[in-house]
Amino acid sequence: MKITEKEVRYIAGLANLSLSDDDIKRYAADMERILEYVDKLNELDTSAIEPMVQVLRGDADALREDVLGESYAADKALQSAPLAGAGHFKVPRVIER
Amino acid sequence: MDDYRQLTIDSIRGGLERKRFSASELAREALRSARAENESSGIFLSFCEEKALRAADEVDRRLAAGEKVGPLAGVPTAVKDVIMTEGVKTTCASRMLENYTASYSATAVKAIEAAGAVIVGKTNCDEFAMGSSNENSAFRPVRNPAAPDRVPGGSSGGSAAAVAAGRAPIALGSDTGGSIRQPASFCGVVGAMPTYGRVSRFGLVAFASSLDRIGPFSRTVKDSAALLGVIAGRDPNDSTSAAVPAPDYAAALQTNVAGLRIGVPKEYFAEGLDAEVGAKVEAGIDRLRSLGCRITSISLPHTEYAVAAYYLICTAEAASNLARYDGVRYSRRSQRAETLADMYRNSRAESFGAEVTRRIILGTYVLSAGYYDAYYRKAQQVRSLIARDFAEAFAKVDAVAAPVSPFPAFRLGEKADDPLQMYLADLYTITASLAGIAGMSVPCGKSAEGLPIGMQILTDHFREQTMFDLGHAFEQAGGFAG
Repeated sequence: MKITEKEVRYIAGLANLSLSDDDIKRYAADMERILEYVDKLNELDTSAIEPMVQVLRGDADALREDVLGESYAADKALQSAPLAGAGHFKVPRVIER
Repeated sequence: MDDYRQLTIDSIRGGLERKRFSASELAREALRSARAENESSGIFLSFCEEKALRAADEVDRRLAAGEKVGPLAGVPTAVKDVIMTEGVKTTCASRMLENYTASYSATAVKAIEAAGAVIVGKTNCDEFAMGSSNENSAFRPVRNPAAPDRVPGGSSGGSAAAVAAGRAPIALGSDTGGSIRQPASFCGVVGAMPTYGRVSRFGLVAFASSLDRIGPFSRTVKDSAALLGVIAGRDPNDSTSAAVPAPDYAAALQTNVAGLRIGVPKEYFAEGLDAEVGAKVEAGIDRLRSLGCRITSISLPHTEYAVAAYYLICTAEAASNLARYDGVRYSRRSQRAETLADMYRNSRAESFGAEVTRRIILGTYVLSAGYYDAYYRKAQQVRSLIARDFAEAFAKVDAVAAPVSPFPAFRLGEKADDPLQMYLADLYTITASLAGIAGMSVPCGKSAEGLPIGMQILTDHFREQTMFDLGHAFEQAGGFAG
Protein backbone atom coordinates (compact mmCIF):
# COMPACT_ATOMS: atom_id res chain seq x y z
CA MET A 1 0.00 0.00 0.00
CA LYS A 2 1.46 3.31 -1.14
CA ILE A 3 1.45 6.12 1.43
CA THR A 4 1.98 9.51 -0.16
CA GLU A 5 3.64 12.48 1.47
CA LYS A 6 0.40 14.36 0.92
CA GLU A 7 -1.45 11.81 3.08
CA VAL A 8 1.11 12.06 5.87
CA ARG A 9 0.90 15.86 5.73
CA TYR A 10 -2.88 15.60 6.06
CA ILE A 11 -2.62 13.16 8.99
CA ALA A 12 0.00 15.34 10.71
CA GLY A 13 -2.48 18.21 10.40
CA LEU A 14 -5.19 16.14 12.07
CA ALA A 15 -2.77 15.31 14.87
CA ASN A 16 -1.66 18.96 15.22
CA LEU A 17 1.98 18.28 14.39
CA SER A 18 3.94 20.72 12.22
CA LEU A 19 6.52 18.49 10.55
CA SER A 20 9.41 19.37 8.25
CA ASP A 21 9.51 18.03 4.70
CA ASP A 22 12.27 15.62 5.70
CA ASP A 23 10.17 14.30 8.58
CA ILE A 24 7.16 13.86 6.30
CA LYS A 25 9.28 11.85 3.88
CA ARG A 26 10.67 9.66 6.65
CA TYR A 27 7.31 8.96 8.32
CA ALA A 28 5.71 8.20 4.95
CA ALA A 29 8.37 5.54 4.33
CA ASP A 30 8.01 4.11 7.87
CA MET A 31 4.23 4.02 7.60
CA GLU A 32 4.31 2.33 4.27
CA ARG A 33 6.45 -0.50 5.65
CA ILE A 34 4.39 -0.88 8.80
CA LEU A 35 1.06 -0.85 6.97
CA GLU A 36 2.40 -3.36 4.46
CA TYR A 37 3.23 -5.62 7.39
CA VAL A 38 -0.12 -5.24 9.19
CA ASP A 39 -1.87 -6.22 5.95
CA LYS A 40 -1.23 -9.78 7.09
CA LEU A 41 -4.33 -9.43 9.29
CA ASN A 42 -6.34 -9.76 6.09
CA GLU A 43 -5.27 -13.41 5.87
CA LEU A 44 -7.84 -13.99 8.62
CA ASP A 45 -11.56 -14.07 7.94
CA THR A 46 -12.96 -12.18 10.92
CA SER A 47 -16.44 -11.51 9.53
CA ALA A 48 -18.04 -13.54 12.34
CA ILE A 49 -15.75 -12.29 15.14
CA GLU A 50 -16.83 -9.61 17.60
CA PRO A 51 -14.21 -6.90 18.19
CA MET A 52 -12.72 -7.02 21.69
CA VAL A 53 -13.94 -3.81 23.27
CA GLN A 54 -13.72 -4.96 26.90
CA VAL A 55 -10.58 -6.61 28.20
CA LEU A 56 -12.10 -8.55 31.09
CA ARG A 57 -14.73 -11.19 30.54
CA GLY A 58 -17.91 -10.42 32.44
CA ASP A 59 -18.24 -8.17 35.42
CA ALA A 60 -17.08 -4.70 34.43
CA ASP A 61 -18.06 -2.48 37.34
CA ALA A 62 -17.99 0.80 35.46
CA LEU A 63 -21.16 2.54 36.56
CA ARG A 64 -21.31 4.75 39.61
CA GLU A 65 -23.56 7.37 41.15
CA ASP A 66 -22.97 10.86 39.78
CA VAL A 67 -21.94 12.59 42.96
CA LEU A 68 -19.67 15.55 43.51
CA GLY A 69 -16.26 14.42 44.76
CA GLU A 70 -12.95 15.90 45.72
CA SER A 71 -11.41 18.17 43.11
CA TYR A 72 -8.30 20.28 42.68
CA ALA A 73 -7.97 23.87 43.68
CA ALA A 74 -7.49 26.18 40.71
CA ASP A 75 -3.98 27.23 41.76
CA LYS A 76 -2.93 23.59 41.89
CA ALA A 77 -4.35 22.93 38.44
CA LEU A 78 -2.49 25.98 37.14
CA GLN A 79 0.86 25.26 38.78
CA SER A 80 2.40 23.53 35.75
CA ALA A 81 0.85 25.75 33.08
CA PRO A 82 3.41 27.36 30.77
CA LEU A 83 1.45 30.63 31.00
CA ALA A 84 -1.27 31.46 33.53
CA GLY A 85 -2.71 34.48 35.22
CA ALA A 86 -5.76 35.70 37.16
CA GLY A 87 -6.81 32.11 37.78
CA HIS A 88 -6.81 31.13 34.11
CA PHE A 89 -4.67 29.36 31.54
CA LYS A 90 -3.37 31.87 29.02
CA VAL A 91 -3.21 31.14 25.31
CA PRO A 92 -2.51 33.24 22.20
CA ARG A 93 -5.40 35.36 21.05
CA VAL A 94 -8.14 33.24 19.45
CA ILE A 95 -10.54 35.90 18.15
CA GLU A 96 -9.31 39.13 16.64
CA ARG A 97 -11.02 42.31 17.75
CA MET B 1 24.73 -2.33 57.39
CA ASP B 2 24.26 -5.54 55.43
CA ASP B 3 25.31 -5.32 51.80
CA TYR B 4 22.73 -2.86 50.50
CA ARG B 5 22.66 -4.53 47.09
CA GLN B 6 21.52 -7.84 48.56
CA LEU B 7 18.61 -6.54 50.64
CA THR B 8 15.07 -7.87 50.24
CA ILE B 9 11.79 -6.77 51.80
CA ASP B 10 12.15 -9.49 54.46
CA SER B 11 15.78 -8.73 55.29
CA ILE B 12 14.98 -5.02 55.59
CA ARG B 13 12.14 -5.80 58.00
CA GLY B 14 14.49 -8.06 59.99
CA GLY B 15 17.22 -5.42 60.06
CA LEU B 16 14.80 -2.73 61.27
CA GLU B 17 13.28 -4.96 63.94
CA ARG B 18 16.66 -6.08 65.25
CA LYS B 19 17.85 -2.46 65.09
CA ARG B 20 20.78 -3.36 62.83
CA PHE B 21 19.95 -0.16 60.93
CA SER B 22 17.28 2.51 61.01
CA ALA B 23 15.01 3.38 58.11
CA SER B 24 16.76 6.76 57.87
CA GLU B 25 20.18 5.15 57.65
CA LEU B 26 18.85 2.82 54.99
CA ALA B 27 17.28 5.71 53.06
CA ARG B 28 20.57 7.62 53.08
CA GLU B 29 22.42 4.55 51.85
CA ALA B 30 19.74 4.05 49.17
CA LEU B 31 20.03 7.65 47.97
CA ARG B 32 23.82 7.41 47.91
CA SER B 33 23.58 4.18 45.94
CA ALA B 34 20.99 5.61 43.55
CA ARG B 35 23.16 8.63 42.79
CA ALA B 36 26.33 6.56 42.32
CA GLU B 37 27.44 6.46 38.68
CA ASN B 38 24.02 7.68 37.58
CA GLU B 39 25.55 9.89 34.88
CA SER B 40 26.90 6.83 33.08
CA SER B 41 24.20 4.28 33.94
CA GLY B 42 21.33 6.63 33.07
CA ILE B 43 19.02 4.78 35.48
CA PHE B 44 17.40 7.68 37.38
CA LEU B 45 15.95 10.87 35.93
CA SER B 46 15.39 12.47 39.33
CA PHE B 47 15.84 11.74 43.02
CA CYS B 48 13.30 12.23 45.80
CA GLU B 49 15.64 13.00 48.68
CA GLU B 50 13.27 15.03 50.85
CA LYS B 51 10.33 12.73 50.27
CA ALA B 52 12.49 9.66 50.99
CA LEU B 53 13.97 10.98 54.22
CA ARG B 54 10.57 12.13 55.44
CA ALA B 55 9.06 8.70 54.75
CA ALA B 56 11.98 6.97 56.48
CA ASP B 57 11.70 9.23 59.53
CA GLU B 58 8.06 8.33 59.83
CA VAL B 59 8.91 4.61 59.77
CA ASP B 60 11.56 5.14 62.47
CA ARG B 61 9.12 7.17 64.57
CA ARG B 62 6.50 4.45 64.37
CA LEU B 63 8.96 1.69 65.20
CA ALA B 64 10.27 3.66 68.19
CA ALA B 65 6.71 4.26 69.39
CA GLY B 66 5.85 0.59 69.00
CA GLU B 67 3.22 1.38 66.36
CA LYS B 68 2.34 -0.91 63.49
CA VAL B 69 4.28 -0.40 60.26
CA GLY B 70 3.25 -1.43 56.75
CA PRO B 71 4.54 -4.39 54.71
CA LEU B 72 7.02 -2.19 52.79
CA ALA B 73 8.26 -0.25 55.83
CA GLY B 74 11.58 1.38 55.02
CA VAL B 75 11.98 -0.40 51.67
CA PRO B 76 13.79 1.82 49.13
CA THR B 77 11.71 1.85 45.95
CA ALA B 78 12.35 3.19 42.46
CA VAL B 79 9.36 4.40 40.43
CA LYS B 80 9.18 4.63 36.65
CA ASP B 81 8.84 8.23 35.51
CA VAL B 82 5.47 7.63 33.81
CA ILE B 83 3.87 7.16 37.25
CA MET B 84 2.68 10.30 39.03
CA THR B 85 4.40 11.24 42.32
CA GLU B 86 2.95 14.34 43.93
CA GLY B 87 5.39 17.20 44.34
CA VAL B 88 8.06 15.40 42.29
CA LYS B 89 8.88 15.77 38.61
CA THR B 90 7.13 13.26 36.38
CA THR B 91 8.55 13.65 32.88
CA CYS B 92 7.69 10.41 31.03
CA ALA B 93 11.26 10.83 29.71
CA SER B 94 9.83 13.43 27.32
CA ARG B 95 10.75 17.03 26.53
CA MET B 96 7.00 17.61 26.59
CA LEU B 97 6.91 17.16 30.39
CA GLU B 98 10.50 18.15 31.12
CA ASN B 99 9.42 20.69 33.75
CA TYR B 100 6.21 19.04 34.91
CA THR B 101 5.76 18.42 38.62
CA ALA B 102 2.97 15.97 39.41
CA SER B 103 0.03 17.59 41.18
CA TYR B 104 -1.20 14.30 42.58
CA SER B 105 0.08 10.76 43.18
CA ALA B 106 -0.95 7.61 41.36
CA THR B 107 -3.10 5.24 43.40
CA ALA B 108 -0.26 2.69 43.26
CA VAL B 109 2.17 5.29 44.63
CA LYS B 110 -0.21 6.21 47.44
CA ALA B 111 -0.53 2.49 48.23
CA ILE B 112 3.21 1.86 48.51
CA GLU B 113 3.68 5.04 50.54
CA ALA B 114 0.91 3.97 52.91
CA ALA B 115 2.73 0.62 53.21
CA GLY B 116 5.87 2.44 54.34
CA ALA B 117 7.90 2.38 51.12
CA VAL B 118 10.66 4.96 50.71
CA ILE B 119 10.61 6.30 47.14
CA VAL B 120 14.19 7.18 46.25
CA GLY B 121 13.84 8.34 42.66
CA LYS B 122 12.11 8.29 39.30
CA THR B 123 13.52 5.98 36.69
CA ASN B 124 14.35 6.53 33.06
CA CYS B 125 12.29 4.87 30.33
CA ASP B 126 11.36 5.14 26.69
CA GLU B 127 9.46 8.37 26.02
CA PHE B 128 5.85 7.88 27.16
CA ALA B 129 6.72 4.16 27.57
CA MET B 130 6.98 3.71 23.80
CA GLY B 131 9.90 1.49 22.95
CA SER B 132 11.71 -1.74 23.72
CA SER B 133 15.25 -0.53 24.39
CA ASN B 134 15.04 2.65 26.49
CA GLU B 135 16.80 4.42 23.62
CA ASN B 136 13.71 6.59 23.04
CA SER B 137 14.27 8.49 26.29
CA ALA B 138 14.53 12.18 25.41
CA PHE B 139 17.23 12.59 28.05
CA ARG B 140 19.69 9.70 27.88
CA PRO B 141 19.83 5.96 27.31
CA VAL B 142 20.15 3.45 30.16
CA ARG B 143 23.00 0.98 30.14
CA ASN B 144 22.42 -2.68 30.96
CA PRO B 145 24.14 -3.45 34.29
CA ALA B 146 25.17 -6.88 32.96
CA ALA B 147 26.83 -5.37 29.86
CA PRO B 148 27.22 -1.58 29.68
CA ASP B 149 27.42 -1.49 25.87
CA ARG B 150 23.94 -3.04 25.69
CA VAL B 151 20.40 -1.82 26.21
CA PRO B 152 18.49 -2.73 29.39
CA GLY B 153 15.34 -3.36 27.37
CA GLY B 154 12.29 -1.18 27.54
CA SER B 155 10.28 0.64 28.09
CA SER B 156 10.84 0.25 31.89
CA GLY B 157 14.61 -0.02 31.38
CA GLY B 158 15.52 2.26 34.28
CA SER B 159 13.41 0.33 36.80
CA ALA B 160 14.83 -3.04 35.65
CA ALA B 161 18.40 -1.73 35.72
CA ALA B 162 17.87 -0.10 39.15
CA VAL B 163 16.99 -3.49 40.63
CA ALA B 164 19.65 -5.40 38.67
CA ALA B 165 22.38 -2.96 39.71
CA GLY B 166 21.26 -3.05 43.34
CA ARG B 167 20.24 0.63 43.36
CA ALA B 168 16.85 -0.32 44.82
CA PRO B 169 15.54 -3.70 46.01
CA ILE B 170 12.16 -3.14 44.35
CA ALA B 171 10.73 -0.91 41.64
CA LEU B 172 7.48 -0.05 39.92
CA GLY B 173 7.26 -0.20 36.14
CA SER B 174 4.53 -0.29 33.55
CA ASP B 175 3.83 -2.88 30.88
CA THR B 176 1.80 -2.18 27.73
CA GLY B 177 3.31 -4.69 25.29
CA GLY B 178 6.16 -6.17 27.34
CA SER B 179 7.64 -3.11 29.02
CA ILE B 180 8.13 -4.86 32.38
CA ARG B 181 8.81 -8.42 31.27
CA GLN B 182 11.32 -7.73 28.48
CA PRO B 183 13.63 -5.42 30.49
CA ALA B 184 13.38 -7.84 33.44
CA SER B 185 14.57 -10.56 31.08
CA PHE B 186 17.39 -8.40 29.62
CA CYS B 187 18.63 -7.32 33.06
CA GLY B 188 18.21 -10.64 34.90
CA VAL B 189 15.57 -9.66 37.47
CA VAL B 190 11.97 -10.61 38.23
CA GLY B 191 9.29 -8.48 36.56
CA ALA B 192 5.55 -9.10 36.69
CA MET B 193 2.65 -7.76 34.66
CA PRO B 194 -0.59 -8.35 36.57
CA THR B 195 -3.96 -9.01 34.99
CA TYR B 196 -5.51 -5.98 33.27
CA GLY B 197 -7.57 -4.20 35.93
CA ARG B 198 -5.70 -5.81 38.85
CA VAL B 199 -3.89 -2.54 39.67
CA SER B 200 -5.43 0.91 39.27
CA ARG B 201 -4.12 2.92 36.33
CA PHE B 202 -5.05 6.19 38.03
CA GLY B 203 -1.92 8.35 37.84
CA LEU B 204 -0.19 6.14 35.30
CA VAL B 205 0.32 8.52 32.38
CA ALA B 206 -1.78 6.96 29.64
CA PHE B 207 -0.17 5.39 26.58
CA ALA B 208 -2.67 2.71 25.45
CA SER B 209 -5.46 2.54 27.98
CA SER B 210 -6.78 -0.94 27.11
CA LEU B 211 -3.28 -2.40 27.56
CA ASP B 212 -1.41 -0.32 30.19
CA ARG B 213 -0.63 -1.95 33.55
CA ILE B 214 1.54 -1.08 36.53
CA GLY B 215 3.61 -3.92 37.97
CA PRO B 216 6.61 -4.81 40.15
CA PHE B 217 10.33 -5.49 39.63
CA SER B 218 12.50 -7.23 42.23
CA ARG B 219 15.37 -9.66 42.65
CA THR B 220 13.18 -12.37 44.19
CA VAL B 221 9.74 -13.63 43.21
CA LYS B 222 8.56 -13.18 46.79
CA ASP B 223 9.31 -9.45 46.68
CA SER B 224 7.34 -8.99 43.45
CA ALA B 225 4.47 -10.92 45.02
CA ALA B 226 4.61 -8.68 48.10
CA LEU B 227 4.73 -5.47 46.05
CA LEU B 228 1.83 -6.53 43.84
CA GLY B 229 -0.16 -7.43 46.96
CA VAL B 230 0.24 -3.84 48.15
CA ILE B 231 -0.81 -2.13 44.89
CA ALA B 232 -3.58 -4.51 43.75
CA GLY B 233 -7.26 -3.76 44.19
CA ARG B 234 -10.31 -1.84 43.06
CA ASP B 235 -10.00 1.94 42.80
CA PRO B 236 -13.03 4.17 42.19
CA ASN B 237 -10.72 6.50 40.23
CA ASP B 238 -10.15 3.80 37.58
CA SER B 239 -13.42 2.37 36.28
CA THR B 240 -11.52 -0.49 34.61
CA SER B 241 -9.97 -1.65 37.88
CA ALA B 242 -11.53 -4.91 38.96
CA ALA B 243 -13.56 -5.50 42.11
CA VAL B 244 -11.78 -8.81 42.66
CA PRO B 245 -10.29 -9.28 46.15
CA ALA B 246 -6.49 -9.07 46.17
CA PRO B 247 -4.92 -11.86 48.20
CA ASP B 248 -1.65 -11.53 50.11
CA TYR B 249 0.36 -13.22 47.37
CA ALA B 250 3.64 -13.28 49.32
CA ALA B 251 2.12 -14.88 52.43
CA ALA B 252 0.35 -17.51 50.33
CA LEU B 253 3.43 -18.48 48.27
CA GLN B 254 3.82 -22.23 47.70
CA THR B 255 6.92 -24.15 46.75
CA ASN B 256 4.90 -27.28 46.04
CA VAL B 257 3.83 -26.94 42.43
CA ALA B 258 3.57 -30.67 41.72
CA GLY B 259 0.62 -31.49 39.51
CA LEU B 260 0.28 -28.04 37.95
CA ARG B 261 -0.21 -28.31 34.21
CA ILE B 262 2.15 -26.19 32.11
CA GLY B 263 1.46 -25.53 28.43
CA VAL B 264 4.38 -24.92 26.10
CA PRO B 265 3.13 -23.11 22.97
CA LYS B 266 4.87 -24.42 19.88
CA GLU B 267 4.49 -21.05 18.10
CA TYR B 268 6.93 -19.49 20.61
CA PHE B 269 9.75 -21.88 19.76
CA ALA B 270 9.62 -21.44 15.99
CA GLU B 271 11.76 -19.52 13.53
CA GLY B 272 13.38 -16.37 14.86
CA LEU B 273 14.12 -17.62 18.37
CA ASP B 274 17.82 -17.40 19.27
CA ALA B 275 19.16 -20.93 19.89
CA GLU B 276 20.75 -20.09 23.24
CA VAL B 277 17.57 -18.43 24.50
CA GLY B 278 15.54 -21.42 23.34
CA ALA B 279 17.88 -23.87 25.09
CA LYS B 280 17.81 -21.96 28.39
CA VAL B 281 14.01 -21.67 28.39
CA GLU B 282 13.70 -25.39 27.55
CA ALA B 283 16.04 -26.16 30.45
CA GLY B 284 13.83 -24.00 32.66
CA ILE B 285 10.76 -25.93 31.57
CA ASP B 286 12.63 -29.18 32.36
CA ARG B 287 13.23 -27.87 35.85
CA LEU B 288 9.51 -27.22 36.26
CA ARG B 289 8.95 -30.80 35.11
CA SER B 290 11.39 -32.03 37.75
CA LEU B 291 9.32 -30.13 40.34
CA GLY B 292 6.36 -32.30 39.39
CA CYS B 293 4.65 -30.02 36.87
CA ARG B 294 2.92 -31.75 33.97
CA ILE B 295 4.29 -30.29 30.75
CA THR B 296 2.18 -30.44 27.61
CA SER B 297 2.62 -28.98 24.16
CA ILE B 298 -0.13 -26.52 23.20
CA SER B 299 -0.95 -24.29 20.27
CA LEU B 300 -1.85 -20.60 20.32
CA PRO B 301 -2.65 -20.44 16.62
CA HIS B 302 -3.10 -16.68 16.17
CA THR B 303 0.27 -15.75 17.68
CA GLU B 304 1.72 -14.63 14.35
CA TYR B 305 -0.93 -11.91 14.04
CA ALA B 306 -0.30 -10.38 17.45
CA VAL B 307 2.33 -7.80 16.49
CA ALA B 308 0.18 -6.42 13.66
CA ALA B 309 -2.94 -6.20 15.83
CA TYR B 310 -1.01 -4.70 18.74
CA TYR B 311 0.65 -1.91 16.78
CA LEU B 312 -2.68 -0.84 15.32
CA ILE B 313 -4.45 -0.83 18.68
CA CYS B 314 -1.68 0.74 20.74
CA THR B 315 -0.95 3.50 18.23
CA ALA B 316 -4.65 4.34 17.87
CA GLU B 317 -5.01 4.61 21.64
CA ALA B 318 -1.74 6.54 21.92
CA ALA B 319 -2.82 9.06 19.30
CA SER B 320 -6.00 9.70 21.30
CA ASN B 321 -4.30 9.80 24.70
CA LEU B 322 -1.47 12.08 23.62
CA ALA B 323 -3.89 14.64 22.15
CA ARG B 324 -3.95 16.17 25.66
CA TYR B 325 -0.42 17.57 25.26
CA ASP B 326 -1.44 20.92 23.87
CA GLY B 327 1.02 23.35 25.43
CA VAL B 328 -1.77 24.91 27.50
CA ARG B 329 -2.26 23.15 30.81
CA TYR B 330 0.91 21.37 31.85
CA SER B 331 3.10 20.55 28.89
CA ARG B 332 5.89 22.50 27.21
CA ARG B 333 4.87 25.40 24.99
CA SER B 334 6.78 26.36 21.86
CA GLN B 335 8.27 29.84 21.62
CA ARG B 336 6.78 29.94 18.14
CA ALA B 337 3.18 30.41 19.24
CA GLU B 338 1.70 33.49 17.64
CA THR B 339 -1.63 31.85 16.95
CA LEU B 340 -3.42 29.15 18.88
CA ALA B 341 -3.06 26.66 16.01
CA ASP B 342 0.67 27.35 15.68
CA MET B 343 1.05 26.95 19.40
CA TYR B 344 -0.47 23.46 19.28
CA ARG B 345 1.39 22.31 16.18
CA ASN B 346 4.79 23.69 17.10
CA SER B 347 4.62 22.70 20.78
CA ARG B 348 3.81 19.12 19.82
CA ALA B 349 6.27 18.82 16.94
CA GLU B 350 9.14 20.30 18.95
CA SER B 351 8.48 18.29 22.11
CA PHE B 352 7.69 14.74 20.96
CA GLY B 353 10.55 12.45 19.93
CA ALA B 354 10.63 10.45 16.71
CA GLU B 355 9.04 7.22 17.98
CA VAL B 356 6.19 9.01 19.75
CA THR B 357 5.55 11.11 16.63
CA ARG B 358 5.62 7.98 14.46
CA ARG B 359 3.02 6.30 16.66
CA ILE B 360 0.77 9.35 16.80
CA ILE B 361 0.81 9.57 13.01
CA LEU B 362 0.14 5.87 12.53
CA GLY B 363 -2.59 5.90 15.17
CA THR B 364 -4.25 8.99 13.73
CA TYR B 365 -4.17 7.36 10.31
CA VAL B 366 -5.78 4.08 11.40
CA LEU B 367 -8.56 5.97 13.20
CA SER B 368 -9.18 8.41 10.36
CA ALA B 369 -12.31 8.39 8.23
CA GLY B 370 -12.39 5.50 5.79
CA TYR B 371 -9.71 3.43 7.55
CA TYR B 372 -11.29 2.68 10.93
CA ASP B 373 -12.93 -0.59 9.88
CA ALA B 374 -9.98 -1.82 7.84
CA TYR B 375 -7.47 -1.26 10.60
CA TYR B 376 -8.74 -0.55 14.09
CA ARG B 377 -11.86 -2.72 14.00
CA LYS B 378 -9.97 -5.51 12.25
CA ALA B 379 -7.26 -5.39 14.91
CA GLN B 380 -9.88 -5.54 17.68
CA GLN B 381 -11.39 -8.63 16.03
CA VAL B 382 -7.98 -10.31 15.86
CA ARG B 383 -7.47 -9.34 19.49
CA SER B 384 -10.60 -11.38 20.27
CA LEU B 385 -9.06 -14.37 18.49
CA ILE B 386 -5.81 -14.06 20.48
CA ALA B 387 -7.77 -13.81 23.75
CA ARG B 388 -9.75 -16.88 22.69
CA ASP B 389 -6.52 -18.82 22.03
CA PHE B 390 -5.53 -18.23 25.65
CA ALA B 391 -9.01 -18.95 27.03
CA GLU B 392 -8.97 -22.31 25.26
CA ALA B 393 -5.44 -23.04 26.49
CA PHE B 394 -6.31 -22.21 30.10
CA ALA B 395 -9.18 -24.69 29.96
CA LYS B 396 -6.45 -27.35 29.69
CA VAL B 397 -3.42 -25.93 31.53
CA ASP B 398 -2.77 -23.83 34.65
CA ALA B 399 0.06 -21.79 33.14
CA VAL B 400 1.99 -21.23 29.94
CA ALA B 401 5.81 -21.19 29.83
CA ALA B 402 7.62 -19.42 27.00
CA PRO B 403 10.54 -17.17 26.12
CA VAL B 404 10.23 -13.43 26.84
CA SER B 405 12.31 -12.06 23.98
CA PRO B 406 13.69 -13.82 20.90
CA PHE B 407 17.22 -12.72 21.86
CA PRO B 408 19.19 -11.39 24.85
CA ALA B 409 20.04 -7.68 25.27
CA PHE B 410 21.33 -6.11 22.07
CA ARG B 411 23.91 -3.34 21.65
CA LEU B 412 22.96 0.31 22.04
CA GLY B 413 22.15 1.65 18.59
CA GLU B 414 22.06 -1.80 16.99
CA LYS B 415 18.35 -1.76 16.14
CA ALA B 416 17.54 1.91 16.52
CA ASP B 417 17.08 2.62 12.79
CA ASP B 418 14.46 0.01 12.02
CA PRO B 419 11.16 0.52 13.85
CA LEU B 420 9.44 -2.49 12.27
CA GLN B 421 12.23 -4.90 13.31
CA MET B 422 12.03 -3.49 16.83
CA TYR B 423 8.24 -4.06 16.88
CA LEU B 424 8.58 -7.65 15.64
CA ALA B 425 10.82 -8.51 18.60
CA ASP B 426 7.88 -7.87 20.96
CA LEU B 427 6.02 -10.94 19.67
CA TYR B 428 6.25 -13.14 22.78
CA THR B 429 5.11 -10.47 25.22
CA ILE B 430 2.43 -8.75 23.16
CA THR B 431 0.06 -11.73 23.13
CA ALA B 432 -0.53 -11.66 26.91
CA SER B 433 -0.94 -7.89 26.73
CA LEU B 434 -3.70 -8.22 24.16
CA ALA B 435 -5.42 -11.03 26.09
CA GLY B 436 -5.31 -9.07 29.37
CA ILE B 437 -3.80 -12.03 31.26
CA ALA B 438 -0.96 -12.05 33.81
CA GLY B 439 2.67 -12.64 32.90
CA MET B 440 6.05 -12.65 34.60
CA SER B 441 9.68 -12.90 33.56
CA VAL B 442 11.97 -14.89 35.84
CA PRO B 443 15.72 -15.24 35.24
CA CYS B 444 16.56 -18.66 33.80
CA GLY B 445 20.26 -18.39 33.10
CA LYS B 446 22.75 -16.53 30.96
CA SER B 447 24.08 -16.72 27.44
CA ALA B 448 27.69 -17.75 26.79
CA GLU B 449 28.48 -14.02 26.71
CA GLY B 450 26.98 -13.61 30.17
CA LEU B 451 23.76 -11.92 29.09
CA PRO B 452 20.69 -12.65 31.23
CA ILE B 453 17.84 -14.70 29.75
CA GLY B 454 14.31 -14.73 31.14
CA MET B 455 11.55 -17.31 31.08
CA GLN B 456 7.99 -16.10 30.81
CA ILE B 457 5.22 -17.61 32.95
CA LEU B 458 1.68 -16.67 31.89
CA THR B 459 -1.52 -17.36 33.81
CA ASP B 460 -5.19 -16.61 33.24
CA HIS B 461 -7.01 -13.51 34.50
CA PHE B 462 -6.51 -13.05 38.27
CA ARG B 463 -4.38 -16.22 38.57
CA GLU B 464 -1.28 -14.30 39.70
CA GLN B 465 -0.89 -16.61 42.71
CA THR B 466 -0.20 -19.59 40.44
CA MET B 467 2.26 -17.48 38.44
CA PHE B 468 4.13 -16.44 41.59
CA ASP B 469 4.06 -19.99 43.03
CA LEU B 470 5.67 -21.38 39.87
CA GLY B 471 8.28 -18.61 39.78
CA HIS B 472 9.03 -19.01 43.48
CA ALA B 473 9.34 -22.81 43.27
CA PHE B 474 11.58 -22.40 40.21
CA GLU B 475 13.77 -19.90 42.06
CA GLN B 476 13.98 -22.02 45.22
CA ALA B 477 15.00 -25.03 43.12
CA GLY B 478 17.96 -23.03 41.81
CA GLY B 479 16.35 -22.03 38.55
CA PHE B 480 17.69 -18.48 38.62
CA ALA B 481 21.25 -19.79 38.64
CA GLY B 482 20.50 -21.39 35.28
